Amino acid sequence: MSATADTHGHDDHDVHHHKETFVTKYIFSQDHKMIAKQYLITGTIMGVIGVLMSMMMRMQIAWPEEPNLLFEALLGKWAPGGVMDADIYLALVTIHGTIMVFFVLTAGLSGTFSNLLIPLQIGARDMASGFLNMVSYWLFFLSSIIMIMSLFVEAGPAAAGWTIYPPLSALPMAQGGSGMGMTLWLVSMAIFIASSLLGSLNYIVTVINLRTKGMSMTRLPLTIWTFFITAVIGVISFPVLLSAVLLLIMDRSFGTSFFLSDIFIQGEVLHYQGGSPVLFEHLFWFLGHPEVYIVLLPALGITSEVIATNSRKPIFGYRAMVASILAIAFLSTIVWGHHMFISGMNPFLGSVFTFTTLLIAIPSAVKAFNYITTLWKGNLQLNPAMLFSIGLVSTFITGGLTGIILGDSALDINVHDTYFVVAHFHLVMGISALYGMFAGIYHWFPRMFGRMMNKNLGYLHFWVTAICAYGVFFPMHFIGMAGLPRRYYTNSNFPLFDDTTNANVVITMFAIVGGIFQIVFLYNFFSSMFYGKKAVQNPWKSNTLEWTAPVKHVHGNWPGALPVVYRWPYDYSKPGHDEDFVPQNVPMKEGEEELHH
Amino acid sequence: MTAFLSIIIVLFVAVALWQMVKIFDLAQVGAANTQVADDKDNKLQGYLMMAFLVFIYATTIASFWYLGDLPLTSNSASEHGPGIDNLMIISMVVIFIVQTITQFLLHYFAFKYKGEKGRKALFYADNNTLEFIWTIIPVIVLAGLIIYGLFTWNDIMNIDEDEDPMVIELYAQQFNWKARYGGEDNVLGKANVRLIDIDRANILGVAEDDPNAQDDVIVTELHLPVGRPILFKMRSQDVLHSAYMPHFRAQMNCVPGMVTQFGFTPTVTTADMRLNPDIVEKVLNINKLRQAKKEKIEEAGQELLYEFDYLLLCNKICGKSHYNMQMKIIVETQEEFDAWMAEQKTFANSLN
Ligand code: HEM
Ligand SMILES: [Cu+2]
Ligand SMILES: [Cu+2]
Repeated sequence: MSATADTHGHDDHDVHHHKETFVTKYIFSQDHKMIAKQYLITGTIMGVIGVLMSMMMRMQIAWPEEPNLLFEALLGKWAPGGVMDADIYLALVTIHGTIMVFFVLTAGLSGTFSNLLIPLQIGARDMASGFLNMVSYWLFFLSSIIMIMSLFVEAGPAAAGWTIYPPLSALPMAQGGSGMGMTLWLVSMAIFIASSLLGSLNYIVTVINLRTKGMSMTRLPLTIWTFFITAVIGVISFPVLLSAVLLLIMDRSFGTSFFLSDIFIQGEVLHYQGGSPVLFEHLFWFLGHPEVYIVLLPALGITSEVIATNSRKPIFGYRAMVASILAIAFLSTIVWGHHMFISGMNPFLGSVFTFTTLLIAIPSAVKAFNYITTLWKGNLQLNPAMLFSIGLVSTFITGGLTGIILGDSALDINVHDTYFVVAHFHLVMGISALYGMFAGIYHWFPRMFGRMMNKNLGYLHFWVTAICAYGVFFPMHFIGMAGLPRRYYTNSNFPLFDDTTNANVVITMFAIVGGIFQIVFLYNFFSSMFYGKKAVQNPWKSNTLEWTAPVKHVHGNWPGALPVVYRWPYDYSKPGHDEDFVPQNVPMKEGEEELHH
Repeated sequence: MTAFLSIIIVLFVAVALWQMVKIFDLAQVGAANTQVADDKDNKLQGYLMMAFLVFIYATTIASFWYLGDLPLTSNSASEHGPGIDNLMIISMVVIFIVQTITQFLLHYFAFKYKGEKGRKALFYADNNTLEFIWTIIPVIVLAGLIIYGLFTWNDIMNIDEDEDPMVIELYAQQFNWKARYGGEDNVLGKANVRLIDIDRANILGVAEDDPNAQDDVIVTELHLPVGRPILFKMRSQDVLHSAYMPHFRAQMNCVPGMVTQFGFTPTVTTADMRLNPDIVEKVLNINKLRQAKKEKIEEAGQELLYEFDYLLLCNKICGKSHYNMQMKIIVETQEEFDAWMAEQKTFANSLN
């Protein structure tokens, strides 16, 4: 089945006759490596915007009511005299969450690394459909533009939280941001989903059909397994969000009542009858929870690859890792109700979701243990990518453990929607996935740009980020346990929470330092792109196929025939070999066993 | 002008940092820029890993030290509260142990096995026994937590109507709360937002012709008799809200078009809670902090000194003033409650 990739017509076409102009090479490129870079750059820009927003929110929480020149400068009429408006705080929360989850850690992460690595690691010339791939990127670009445009709408951008629960999101009179801002949010997300689906279908088809000779499913690097399963989860769950978005658009613009009923607002009764906001919650979280894994799995895949390579050891328990990816994928589609324990849903359903939710902790625990065992008796190369991967395992554990509390319906009653939740999901999905993305960038930068990044700047970047991430999100659990609700513009109307104010200031300090220090990364990234030291063919002495392809940008990835695969990707430090790595395209020696089967 | 200035300042800081990074970058000899870690790097980073482990532990200890008395894991004021608190504490102990051990192993291994030129790693790809062990341990621990959790949950959510709970409606609107009592007959009159008649001061849309509605009582401060089971019926007139009563370990969303419910029995009166040593200490501490920023608080028109009260907060984003949607809750003896209730107007008498 995998020989299909080796069609000669394709070969000739791409390598010899194809004249590239600037436009086809850099803009409307159909080459997966270029599309990966486009995703990465777009995602990075969105990331900078998202982080800036989070810094403004943190400043507002730490120093409410105090005029802040930065607010005045960046928010203009929404911060008269430098005092932030309550509406715009909610808008910041909303757009920050949306950008981070979807634009940075879904499109930016999957888009970059699935595109870059799937063809290169399975030994394919390109994605199954280069054209769809290009369309997918440009739809993503368009949705980013629309999302950014929504920031400049007269009545303000969407401000109903990234979960956009109706009726708040459905009724323009309920909130300034629910007018044009919300319309643009919905349109942007609809386009985003289309982009994501095109991308995912392409990834799935490519992994199934275009594996090179010898690349059986059990010889796939874990990166590919996670990208593949992530795409499957996306295809299953994103359409459900799309339906929620479309129905919400119907309610907003065409007077239907899917999510609305019996509403009296601003002195009048609205005509809506018979719908239910709880229905929206079900539809939203049917994507919303799997989305957590759409964000996280690729990061875990990258980590698996980086940890194995830099431990100079096989990843421990390859089959258990694949099994836990599959288990997580399956379970992730039946746990959404843990976001709705107190939504008014039947308490019995709550019990069921508690059960499935705590089940998902098991494969997650297996993964964490397997990473730790992979380090054991390794010969660890502690380069920046490796540090970020170890950091990921650390935050994944810290953040994941509190899931035991939130997934327990009885306990969720009291911590639901407090800062405890904010701390939990930032650690387990936000920071972890961000670390995965950084690890991927440091690790594959040589593959993407043919140059190396600066190691010491990478170290500096990691340590400051790691310290600030814990400094921000660890104490936040306690503030949440004190009962402080999230999405509060200021806490000063509750003297009850006055004893959290000092902690909030400390958290904000960490957030500011951590945010500003991302400049170190940005500098390293952009300057290394042009002035970095030239990379050698296989700088990490890695086994996977992408390091056998020439560094030079070649259409079709390998100038000659496609590499043939003889072994799994984790033959590191295998006894009987001189080198401590044996690339996948090295044939088995006489009498050598393929150990992991 | 100030806006312009501050943009300049921000830009200046960013550029300055950029330049510093650049100097740092250029000051390094080219060979150090390969991004491949050598033995020296591995050693330093290995030690930093151990330092980071210490940092994690220190953050944990500091958080418990400075913030450990914030959590709502003791002094609950409802009958089911201690059940939740126990479960919370057990879960936290489990988490604490697992966190301490796994973070230790992770960072210690990163330090212990830091790379050295010429050393070869152990080729160790699989071990079924080990994998079985660390699948089964979480299974057992989680099973215990799930079972405990589900019992607690069922206990809380299954409301025993035989106990003759007092029925109270919590009514949410942007951005305030109302409470409606069933009155003498303890039955709430029918209601729907379509029946709202502002001119007649029927603000909750209670059916004026429903006999059960006549003695209903609508108030803006929630009074509860201590020791009596309460059944809350939640309603919202506009968007989603959430009735969050942290001291009672109680929360339920208010959903337009639907009635949701939550029941609990308050066990400690407001007066008693104010005398609780932990609360006394908390209030003292808060008042010390408030004294320190006296001017600002008075400028904002708030009472300077804080006195403990139970609160109902809105905990579902509901618009501009979500951050200030609250209602005071007073738990009192049955006699005090009856006296207070006797002073309230019934629905029939409150109409214009
Ligand atoms: C630079 C570090 C970050 C800081 C300081 C930060 C800070 C914040 C703050 C203050 C909030 C508002 C909390 C609330 O009131 O509910 C928030 C919300 C949120 N953040 Fe972050 N954040 C950071 C990074 C991330 C990342 C990497 C993600 C990616 C998943 C993320 C996702 C979210 C989401 C989904 C929300 C919820 C938005 C909502 O409530 O609708 N954040 N963040
Ligand atoms: Cu979830
Ligand atoms: Cu509210």
